[in-house]
Amino acid sequence: MTDHALHSKAFHEAIAEDLLIGSRCLVCGNISIPQRQICPNCHSDKVERIETNGKGTLAAFTVIYVPPTSMAEAGYNAKNPYCVGIVALEAGPRISAQIVGLDLNDPATIKIGMPLKQTFVVRGEGESAKKFLAFEPA
Amino acid sequence: MAKKLSRGVAVVGVGMSKFGVFPEKTSRDLFVEAFQELRQSVQKGFDPKDIEAFYMGNFTSDCFENQAHLAPIVASWVGISPVESTRIEDACASGGVALRQGVLAIASGEVDVVLVGGLEKMTDLPGAKVTDALALAADSLFEIPAGFTFPGFYAAMATAYLDRYKADPDALLRVGIKNHENGGLNEKAQFNQSIKDVMISKQRKAAQKGLPIPEWADEMAFLKDPKSNPMIAWPLRLFDCSPVSDGAAAVLLVSEELAAKFTDEPIFVVGSGQASDGALAERASLSEVPAAAKASKHAYEMAGLTPDDIDFAEVHDCFTIAEIMAIEDLGFFPRGEGWKAAMNGQTARDGSHPINTSGGLKSKGHPVGASGVGQVVEVWKQMHGLAGERQLRGNLRHALTHNVGGTGQTCVVHIFEKRN
Repeated sequence: MTDHALHSKAFHEAIAEDLLIGSRCLVCGNISIPQRQICPNCHSDKVERIETNGKGTLAAFTVIYVPPTSMAEAGYNAKNPYCVGIVALEAGPRISAQIVGLDLNDPATIKIGMPLKQTFVVRGEGESAKKFLAFEPA
Repeated sequence: MAKKLSRGVAVVGVGMSKFGVFPEKTSRDLFVEAFQELRQSVQKGFDPKDIEAFYMGNFTSDCFENQAHLAPIVASWVGISPVESTRIEDACASGGVALRQGVLAIASGEVDVVLVGGLEKMTDLPGAKVTDALALAADSLFEIPAGFTFPGFYAAMATAYLDRYKADPDALLRVGIKNHENGGLNEKAQFNQSIKDVMISKQRKAAQKGLPIPEWADEMAFLKDPKSNPMIAWPLRLFDCSPVSDGAAAVLLVSEELAAKFTDEPIFVVGSGQASDGALAERASLSEVPAAAKASKHAYEMAGLTPDDIDFAEVHDCFTIAEIMAIEDLGFFPRGEGWKAAMNGQTARDGSHPINTSGGLKSKGHPVGASGVGQVVEVWKQMHGLAGERQLRGNLRHALTHNVGGTGQTCVVHIFEKRN
């Protein structure tokens, strides 16, 4: 049976507790991050929740100068852009997240393959403040 | 191995509105324009009462026009009620998927005459709301919270592509220059202007306002000037992005055995393929679009053709990098060679593989639900010698259309054949 702790919102509930979670298939060993209730490799529902160490490398990135409403509300704009990337985790899967702690004046200096570690950022203030997964140079 | 269609399907007429910004028109008005042009294009004429089914591609009239359940409304507006009418939503691939559903409906034997439409009315919303609406095509739980936008996704693919193949980023700008060159010759294009024309009109505007007149050595200098071409999502700039557009397109499909009743010059749908994928981060490679390769493989197999048989193609260049990946995914060039083809003119009208003779989404415009159907309009025009100044030379026997939803979560490919 599917573990309730693997429902699709569990990922963000774990982020709120500074945890990066995924799932491991008990039949074929495949790891998914974010977690899945059904293994995408062998379709078994015998999967368990895992926590990962959040280490990885940069697989692709961009620096966004025209933000969506949610990021504009967090203070980002053409003069204050942000970096978002896809991180290849040591655990295997890749994940999308904001990348912080980089000099964004010249994005050409950001290098694919650079080592990263997980961190967490809070966007919004007061009651609308919410924690998000992010990565920073390791 | 892909099966052949159970029976043949022919395109016997096409039409489209101009693509652009039309504050006075709604999506149904634009579709009426496309439908009326389609009626004119059917050589022997046709009675709208003959239509047995209507498949309509539309991404999100819900957001753009505060209107869901649009298909029966549009059907009524062109006078074909009570024909079964279905809206197809697969983001920016909605139009191409509607075409595939029309093809499959005829191939199944259930119906003989199908109207396929695509429409989107995007420009009523302010820019930030359009960005938010388009973002609905991504994974709202695991991609949007990261801060991605659509230019951002394709920009990330561009960094992966440029890094993997040590490609010259100027190739991106070359795609834009080529597609604007073609769109400058297409009266239906939103940007009916080459980049050179854009430069001249900017200089004129500055002169009219009494401002200093900007000077650029050439198109590349213009496209590298952050004032004329600001960065949107590194490394993609404004002119790497397709515009926000209003527009509609329509295609009339009939069973092969009925085609001669409508026209002596039908074109046949000989290949159709569609594939899906998960979020961008889940893919084995970020420098290609696996679902496009899979959909095209299916379509080639169905048609019994190879990429070398294709005379020209309309591909989904929502961003310049998308065209470079597409011409590799579709097998026109080997992996890692697409950027070189863009650099050395192989994809131009006089090149070995003409791509996006219409101007593509980049210059023609990208009213998202209409784009996949609009591509067929260009195939029809080129195959019938109706493309005016942008007409390709030679006997055009096979053409391909490639329509992508999101970052490639949906890809749909069609192959067309002219037999006379």
